[in-house]
Amino acid sequence: MNRREPSRYEERVRQAYQAHKESGEPTYILGIETSCDETSAAVVQDGRVVLSNVIASQADIHKRFGGVVPEVASRRHVENITLTIEEALTRAGRTLDDIHAIAVTYGPGLVGALLVGVAAAKAVSFARGIPLIGVHHIAGHIYANRLVEEMRFPLVALVVSGGHTELVLMKAHGEYEILGETRDDAAGEAYDKVARALKLPYPGGPHIDRLAREGEPRVPLPRAWLEPDSYDFSFSGLKSAVLNTLHNASQRGETIDPADLAASFQDSVTEVLVEKTIRAAREYGARQVLLAGGVAANRGLRERLQQRCEAEGVALVIPPLSLCTDNAAMIAAAGYIHYQKGQFAGLDLNGVPGLPLS
Amino acid sequence: MRVLAIDTSNLVLSVAVVEEGRVLAEVTTNQQKNHSVRLMDCVSRLLDETDTRPEQLSGIGVAKGPGSYTGVRIGVATAKSIAWALNLPVVGVSSLQAVAQNALGFPGLIVPLFDARRGQVYSGAYRTAGMEAVSVQLAERIILLSDWLPLLREQAAGEPILFLGEDVRLHRETIAAVLGDQARFAPASHNHPRAAHIGLLALGEIENAGSAHDLVPEYLQLAEAEAKWLAQNQEGSQKE
Ligand SMILES: [Zn+2]
Repeated sequence: MNRREPSRYEERVRQAYQAHKESGEPTYILGIETSCDETSAAVVQDGRVVLSNVIASQADIHKRFGGVVPEVASRRHVENITLTIEEALTRAGRTLDDIHAIAVTYGPGLVGALLVGVAAAKAVSFARGIPLIGVHHIAGHIYANRLVEEMRFPLVALVVSGGHTELVLMKAHGEYEILGETRDDAAGEAYDKVARALKLPYPGGPHIDRLAREGEPRVPLPRAWLEPDSYDFSFSGLKSAVLNTLHNASQRGETIDPADLAASFQDSVTEVLVEKTIRAAREYGARQVLLAGGVAANRGLRERLQQRCEAEGVALVIPPLSLCTDNAAMIAAAGYIHYQKGQFAGLDLNGVPGLPLS
Repeated sequence: MRVLAIDTSNLVLSVAVVEEGRVLAEVTTNQQKNHSVRLMDCVSRLLDETDTRPEQLSGIGVAKGPGSYTGVRIGVATAKSIAWALNLPVVGVSSLQAVAQNALGFPGLIVPLFDARRGQVYSGAYRTAGMEAVSVQLAERIILLSDWLPLLREQAAGEPILFLGEDVRLHRETIAAVLGDQARFAPASHNHPRAAHIGLLALGEIENAGSAHDLVPEYLQLAEAEAKWLAQNQEGSQKE
């Protein structure tokens, strides 16, 4: 097909955006997030105020499989998607008529899961002639902080979850520079694997965190600092060291206190995460340190980061847990920056499982 | 009443706009599988070409499976979301029946099939019933082709059996070996689904359409992990 004049949809979107900008009225963005196992929809005002944030969790379904099964997750997303969106509007006391744009996670994540949210967002955008915004999932996690406190630049964000471990530098809204990321497992993944070795239930993170409080970090475990100037992470060596320690002990007929092992593992993970974050904050003169992602719920990590940020005299922002795990309010918040700049996606927006940030 | 119809359940992408007694536009391609990228642009273009604003639609029809899991989901998620956003009825039509409609008028058993790997097919058996729609003779299912062919022979009672679908060529020799001359094969132009059929079938069902929320794909089988889990847990409970 040859290039054509703008479609009616494109015209409608352009006019709607123009009219709203001129009106100077508040901006209501509908966020949609389906990158993993949570079907979520939210309404956020001006990128700052959460009017609703509905999360249809599938955690109970995936628990029995010992991890997220992509096909199962994708199936649940299709079943839940319009219900979840409707619920978000209802709880916000709004209708689609009030919505100025639809922001959707288009990567990274599980491709089959992403595609459901992207298809739904494009469909609603098209049906109602509302602008469509594609949002990077990690950008969403970072912008969860803006729902708590205004961002001050430059800032350093540590994003840790079952799927990611990233250290990101931001000098302005919508500008991301990845300082470091994991070279193997995500931090949350390492937690799950170690938890399995300790015969703790899935997801393992919260169980290790709890168990670690009952023990002392007296089992010697490595710290993966990597090259001296590197902000990258690596957790697979640590995970192997834990497994070896357990294996060797059982060979010798000794027992290791699981609480001590959990404390030692947690100590190693949090020390590396926190020290690299602090070093980055120092190097780039950060005015704020942000902690985001599901692992932000980890008390050991929060407390350590809190202590070090206080010692460094840099402000630390940690959103409440409901905004740390995957949710659509953070996607709407990140999408608001694109809305202000008029950066909209076309109807050919696709789910991109390995989408790079920036 | 104007209906938008969509089929992305296999390699074919088909979109149509239909009214009672008239197909206004239809686009069907059988080339690329990037339905996620192409579907909405195609819908947008077809509505523009038929001078249809989304609010002017009276309903949506969609192929709800079986087929490629991802393909089916893209179609269903799109259809139910458009329907929900415009408060329209949405009708899910069997992806197999959509193909069977190509053979309306054939005197015998009409058997659309999609390959489902490991010797299995998604299939059903239909017969011409008047000139509106085919009627179901054997309900759609996932089945080993080697089990399906004897069932079809029994059902056909000596009448010819017409096989339809893009994947028939993968199994043509097996089918011919079992059914001999009783097996017929459609020309290539009858093998791909056409959204126009889905649109017209949906038009007939619009009065009975449920809520957009309730529309879900018809996969005909559980996700592998779910099937394994069920098998293990049933074994476990039987042992106890
Ligand atoms: Zn996440």
